[in-house]
Amino acid sequence: MPDLLSVRNLKIEATAYPPGEPPRTVTLVDNVSFDLTKGKVLGLIGESGAGKSTIGLAALAYGRGGARIAGGQIGLNGQDILTLGPKEIRGIRGARVCYVAQSAAAAFNPAHRLGEQVIEASLRHRIMSRAEAEKRAVYLFRILGLPEPETFGRRFPHQVSGGQLQRAMTAMALCPNPELIVFDEPTTALDATTQIDVLAAIKHAIEETRTAALYITHDLAVVAQVSDDIMVLRRGRTVECGSVRQIIEMPREEYTRALVNVRQSIRQETADQSDPLLKVEKISARYPNGFEVLHDVSLHLPKGQTLAIVGESGSGKSTLARVITGLLPPSEGRISFNRKELTPALKDRSKDDLRRIQLIYQMADTAMNPRQTVRDIIGRPLTFYYGLRGAVKTARVKELLDQIEMGNGFIDRYPAELSGGQKQRVVIARALAAQPEVILCDEPTSALDPLVAQGILELLMRLQKETAVSYLFITHDIAIVRAIADSVAVMHRGRLVRFGPRSKVLSPPFDDYTDLLLKSVPEMEVGWLERVLEARRMESTGN
Amino acid sequence: MIHSSKAGFMSGRTLRQRFPLLSMIIQRLLLSVVLLFAVSIVIFGGIEALPGDFATTYLGQSATPQAVANIRTELGLNKPVVTRYVEWLGGALTGDFGTSWANRNSVSEQIGGRLGNSLFLAFFAAIISVPLAVGLGMLAVLFRNRLPDRIINIVSLAAISLPEFFVGYLLIVWFAVNTGIATFPATVYDGMPFLDRLSAIALPTATLVLVVIAHMMRMTRAAIINVMSSAYVETAELKGLGGLRIIARHAAPNALAPVINVVALNLAYLVVGVVVVEVVFVYPGIGQYMVDAVSVRDMPVVQACGFIFAAFYIFLNMIADILAIIANPRLRHPR
Repeated sequence: MPDLLSVRNLKIEATAYPPGEPPRTVTLVDNVSFDLTKGKVLGLIGESGAGKSTIGLAALAYGRGGARIAGGQIGLNGQDILTLGPKEIRGIRGARVCYVAQSAAAAFNPAHRLGEQVIEASLRHRIMSRAEAEKRAVYLFRILGLPEPETFGRRFPHQVSGGQLQRAMTAMALCPNPELIVFDEPTTALDATTQIDVLAAIKHAIEETRTAALYITHDLAVVAQVSDDIMVLRRGRTVECGSVRQIIEMPREEYTRALVNVRQSIRQETADQSDPLLKVEKISARYPNGFEVLHDVSLHLPKGQTLAIVGESGSGKSTLARVITGLLPPSEGRISFNRKELTPALKDRSKDDLRRIQLIYQMADTAMNPRQTVRDIIGRPLTFYYGLRGAVKTARVKELLDQIEMGNGFIDRYPAELSGGQKQRVVIARALAAQPEVILCDEPTSALDPLVAQGILELLMRLQKETAVSYLFITHDIAIVRAIADSVAVMHRGRLVRFGPRSKVLSPPFDDYTDLLLKSVPEMEVGWLERVLEARRMESTGN
Repeated sequence: MIHSSKAGFMSGRTLRQRFPLLSMIIQRLLLSVVLLFAVSIVIFGGIEALPGDFATTYLGQSATPQAVANIRTELGLNKPVVTRYVEWLGGALTGDFGTSWANRNSVSEQIGGRLGNSLFLAFFAAIISVPLAVGLGMLAVLFRNRLPDRIINIVSLAAISLPEFFVGYLLIVWFAVNTGIATFPATVYDGMPFLDRLSAIALPTATLVLVVIAHMMRMTRAAIINVMSSAYVETAELKGLGGLRIIARHAAPNALAPVINVVALNLAYLVVGVVVVEVVFVYPGIGQYMVDAVSVRDMPVVQACGFIFAAFYIFLNMIADILAIIANPRLRHPR
């Protein structure tokens, strides 16, 4: 019997249009082969640009953004789908092979009800009648743990949460009873506590319906929970392929080992917290519509140390940064800096106060003017705060480029000519140019690949050692907290749940929320998900 | 943003947050009323500021100061401006636009029949052009950058580039003079049988359709293409749906708002902008009536026509606004 999916020597190309140069062909995927048997799950893992999504979409004979399949075979039950005509390919998509996108929020049509979208493919391909499809949708909503499965389908996409949308997307893929589902980073955009539920729901649904799946992610710990086998990809080529246990416990290749060992502790915590540089006292903040986003938050940050603020989206951690910068003046409480009270509103602060606090954002892309060169971007604060011009300014920009481990050759590049990690480094250099005392880092690594993120974190720690700058580091990633923080603040729904030195905050006894948060972080270990779910079940029966 | 959606947290939710759709519609209605009021002032003030005087024009050679003063008194022009404006607005709101200076008939009665003719023409032009434009726009997307798309684009662009009187005369030459399958002039009269009326307006309708179709078609095409790059269209493609279904069911509903606005603008044009077409085809519509009134300085008629045109523009744009709001599922189905 042939394998369900059998990929041989797959080669995928696209045409790149670099600015100022003639178009050229780039190879996205090169000579990739693998097999997937019925009912099994294969994890595709790698950094962005590894070609994992491209391979996933190729299983539906689809090329995103001009990608085209240039060679090889993709056998679905022994039939090479690359030789089929457009009409036959349409017959496979949404019927025999289905796709779950990373952002369900964008992948659902805002104009139609969820139920209609879930059953659409089943109806259009005449796989089942409307009544049967609706019945199956309700069944799938139920096994995926969606609320009120009978009526869930009547809602519009904007009426349900992100985690529910992701599960609804899985239901949409499962509805026509496909032979294969391609999951493309289905939990990446979710909070840790939501991710674990969705992960469990997907795993349960795959087992229940015995569908085969390609599971694409950049997070080895996640893929270890749902896959049978793992294929590691890098720059469009296979690095290694093996069972989950073999990849996690006995990686053969250097690159895989680096992925497994990412974010091990970078530094020891500094215990002395007695002399706070930045002090936030009893801060509450409201949106203009009166909604209270922060309630009674007090914390402090000594010189040369790192305070990590953890919490899910909506917990108020970015708002806290906005309050400290003065973008959103607090409704109550005070902020002091160097024992001096800081003016609440940004526009009333002195230039020197502004200089002392700098920001690094999650999306370096949107934080830079795309029409300015690296020289202009880094040079701007030099002129603004220090009045540097001409050769002096250029020399200082070069110095800063050295500090962020980028050569002088980058000085006349535009942001579009930089990689994601390089962009983030330039933004860090811009913050450093002001010679600040505190840098507020708002999830600076969450949009980056693990190894690139690791490099950024190491850079930040080195800069801290050299310049004694303090970081207020906002993140949702506990692993980063473990790696870099001296002190930790856990936030939940606008309140401070827990605050103190890292070793204290991250060790028992825990409050309920911190406990849930810590237990939701996938560990690089086979069987972790089952253990957590089992523990939860015990708890709920125990109560 | 995330927070305001968590309804339970909000202690005092305002009416606006509880009924977003209704409150936005009411807001648009009120705005329209204010706008109409402002327009009435502009129209009245503008006509007041016009040079020239009805009495002198009317009397011509025999304009003695005494005769001019008599006519001015008779028409009420000696009263203060504000009084005249209030009287006029009060009448206009009850549908009474005064009497024509030129022939002493009721303006409202004369306009009534003319407006009916104009609406008749506009209605048929609209029910042909709107579905045709939207349909062609979808087809253009389906065959994007291929031959059918190019043909649709070139033909509609050519039609909009030619002045409407020229299109009108071309149609007259081809269909009325050379082949004789259409009638010219397009004059209609009271009591004319319905089918005769239809055949009389065939050419002006065709002219109007040609003139307005390009704008709506191109907007439909652009709005849908804009949506075609979104993730949910990719989802539809990966469901194996056909091209036309993807465009009609998944792209078009999300491209409605800009299309509705352009359709409304063109519908307004069909009612109030058809002066040239009416003159070319000798069609007794309101546009031609207004042109005649301007040439004899018959101010009550000009004012009335101006006010009605403005009201149509405002009304159609308001409807478009409200439809665009209703087309947004987030407002139609709040959390």
